[in-house]
Amino acid sequence: MSWGFLRDLLSGVNKYSTGIGRIWVAVVFIFRLLVYVAAAENIWKYEHDEFECNIKQPGCENVCFDHFFPVSHIRLWALQLIMVSTPSLLVVFHVAYRENQEKHHNQKLYKSPGEIDGGLLCTYLISLILKTGFEIVFLVLFYKLYNGFKVPHLVKCDIRPCPNTVDCYISKPTEKMIFLYFLVGTSCLCIVLNLIELSYLIFKYSIKCYLERYTKKCQ
Amino acid sequence: MDWGALHTILGGVNKHSTSIGKIWLTVLFIFRIMILVVAAERVWGDEQDDFVCNTLQPGCKNVCYDHFFPISHIRLWALQLIFVSTPALLVAMHVAYRRHEKKRQFRKGDQKCEYKDIEEIRKQRFRIEGSLWWTYTSSIFFRLVFEAVFMYAFYFMYDGFRMPRLMKCNAWPCPNTVDCFVSRPTEKTVFTIFMIAVSSICILLNVAELCYLLTKFFLRRSKKAGNPKHHPNHENKEETKQNEMNELISDSCQNTVIGFSS
Repeated sequence: MSWGFLRDLLSGVNKYSTGIGRIWVAVVFIFRLLVYVAAAENIWKYEHDEFECNIKQPGCENVCFDHFFPVSHIRLWALQLIMVSTPSLLVVFHVAYRENQEKHHNQKLYKSPGEIDGGLLCTYLISLILKTGFEIVFLVLFYKLYNGFKVPHLVKCDIRPCPNTVDCYISKPTEKMIFLYFLVGTSCLCIVLNLIELSYLIFKYSIKCYLERYTKKCQ
Repeated sequence: MDWGALHTILGGVNKHSTSIGKIWLTVLFIFRIMILVVAAERVWGDEQDDFVCNTLQPGCKNVCYDHFFPISHIRLWALQLIFVSTPALLVAMHVAYRRHEKKRQFRKGDQKCEYKDIEEIRKQRFRIEGSLWWTYTSSIFFRLVFEAVFMYAFYFMYDGFRMPRLMKCNAWPCPNTVDCFVSRPTEKTVFTIFMIAVSSICILLNVAELCYLLTKFFLRRSKKAGNPKHHPNHENKEETKQNEMNELISDSCQNTVIGFSS
């Protein structure tokens, strides 16, 4: 069980997505998932070992690390990737349900797999709203937990058992900051793509509904 | 999810590339991604653990390491490879869009559509002309830009491509100017020079491909201008033959067998 599962899930959804949805999948795969696995994971690999405090008091380093990093950046990043990809499962389930109904009734219920309409459209819109919501929630969480997206060189810690205010040094702060900004940038890009797709679908189907009603009225 | 997934995505683009594009892709996968994963990552694996400063002052090593390596070589290469591979996606998306349109025409029962079934549309190789030419050329241009930007960033950040053995550091909290020793400097220099050399080869291949596409474009234009009544079928047959040969050479054994049997 690894990131390959997420990749398979998103590839499955790709078939029923709009063009913008496919761009979103490509951005998530390449600029988020691949960057996470190939580069970011290794930066945070020894973060606890390399976190050093200017004191010999046993336990002080542990306590200070835990105070400043309640949840590590990299774990939050992984959670964000999982939560943001999960709403696509709604679409997968709905499509599976449809196909099951088609087999059961032995007839094609819908015109073609490329067209999303009716119930599937609602599910798709809900999944878009959920995706955007999760992205925003995680960005806010990052901001609140770490007081912005900067990673300082030095943090001052005075929690027991540290005997006084102690200097603690974080490892690779500049590299971590660069990748955090990268994460924020790609998240914002994904939010923008989701919003554009949402607007596009709502606009397209409103026009369709309006035209149908108008032709009915004329008739 | 790893570099293998990128290989799958880019492998699909390979079918619609020129011969130089196929060479570029091979160089990318074998001499850059594979070397990165199999060798370079091990060389840089212990970079901070074995970065030693001649002081017992806690925190001095962390601060000095961060000062000299704002972003590690290995991460910069990983980002460079990801960014350089991404423009090929533009071509993949364009091809997918064209296939989608043809499938739609086929389903509507359009008489202009010359395909017998959907499988044929899926397997078809598109020629690099028209709007696909523009997409392909833009993707090569972006690749060149990304390669150049990353090479410059590398040179700028590390003052050249050599990894020194010793660095002098006096960032706070180091009490004075302290000697810090980098782990495996010679091996890192060798790999850095290797990666830069392969980047340069990729830049040259991209420039050659760009020139080839531009030359082909201008030749085609001058042919059209010179021969307005040129018979389209004859030209198509020759180029279709060339396309088929390219397909046979670059596809797997199974496809070759199918080609022979059909």
